[in-house]
Amino acid sequence: MSALWTILRRDLAMLFPGGGRGGGSLLPLLFFLAVAMLYPFAVGPDAPLLAKTGGGVIWVAALLAAILPLDRLVAPDLEQGFFDQWALRGISEEAVIAIRVLAHWLSFGPPLMVAALPAAALLGIDGNALRIVEIGLLAGTPGLAAIGVTIASLTVGLKSGAALSGLLLIPLAVPLLIFGAGSLSTGSEGGLALTAALSLVLVAITPFAGGAAIRAAREN
Amino acid sequence: MNACRLAASNLACRKGDRLLFRRLDCAVEAGQALQITAPNGMGKSSLIRILAGLARPFAGAVERNGAAGLLDERPALDEHRPLSNALGFWRNLDGEQDQALQELGLKALMEVPVRYLSTGQRKRAAFARLMGQGAPIWLLDEPLNGLDTQAVTVCEAMVERHCNKGGIAIIASHQSMRISGMTELKLADFAVTSSSAEDPALSSESVI
Repeated sequence: MSALWTILRRDLAMLFPGGGRGGGSLLPLLFFLAVAMLYPFAVGPDAPLLAKTGGGVIWVAALLAAILPLDRLVAPDLEQGFFDQWALRGISEEAVIAIRVLAHWLSFGPPLMVAALPAAALLGIDGNALRIVEIGLLAGTPGLAAIGVTIASLTVGLKSGAALSGLLLIPLAVPLLIFGAGSLSTGSEGGLALTAALSLVLVAITPFAGGAAIRAAREN
Repeated sequence: MNACRLAASNLACRKGDRLLFRRLDCAVEAGQALQITAPNGMGKSSLIRILAGLARPFAGAVERNGAAGLLDERPALDEHRPLSNALGFWRNLDGEQDQALQELGLKALMEVPVRYLSTGQRKRAAFARLMGQGAPIWLLDEPLNGLDTQAVTVCEAMVERHCNKGGIAIIASHQSMRISGMTELKLADFAVTSSSAEDPALSSESVI
């Protein structure tokens, strides 16, 4: 148990700003805010239109921001031999991947929810819609983190994995987007419950899928 | 550290559609050192990874009694962190054990980020990680690469001390190491040559 805590602390140190993985969570966050800022310029100062579409824009921006750190999520640890050393110490790939999902979510999920507040102001979203966006992000971002780690593990041996992982993540994230952003138009919370359920399933599958992918990559 | 043992029986290793070696049997008892020698590309590193349990052999089985420590060309130390933190991560996992920092000459480098270390310094840091692991079976893949003459002497002494304490050391290297009582395993003896296709079950032709 203390071994897992040690690994979680290292993961967090790597993924948060100042860590070794290229600015970590700061870059996706700035990217997210940049999209929210550019959208009104592109659409024009039409307040009702912005308020109507703003929630969806926040969701798309969140999804794209989640793709940014994918290529540095798992690959460096495999290249530098960390997974080999963990395996020799009896720490399973599944455990490491489960911790990586948690660390990845902590590094972009909560910061994104905070950044959604200024983004909502920029897009002129009202209080109720903002509430649904925030609950939706809370329900959906763990699923995005899980898909991200799965894909990062699957593309770990590929040289052009970065671009490929983005392409792979988008279709897998569509269900999350449909239920998460879709509940904005109905204004109800039924879709959010489905988003949360999807997230739970994805989080439950990821350690096994990711662990198997890492072991397969090591054989080569 | 008593009663550690490593035995391999009838091992074969395949890379792509090429059979690198086959029918390899070896047994290493506590206190023994074994050097695996072979020309480049014969499968030294692959054999080390099979013995460590990190790769599956194409045929045969490995029986390992005791934890294995691996030292290869990848030091598994975080590039951007100071050496003290990078080694500290492994100390947190392995428990407080002597990493022989003084002996390896790493004391002065503790505050230097790992990415600024030279090849030889990284290798010495990896040795410190291996020492701190306290595993009875050492699997060393080209341990002397990049080390200067003084560091080579230190590392040879460390391996010898490890074996005297009842540990096992298996070293894949083309450089000669002065370790008393070390036996040699020539991987070329188990190589598959194009003329030795008498066993259709194991020949590379049938694998394709």
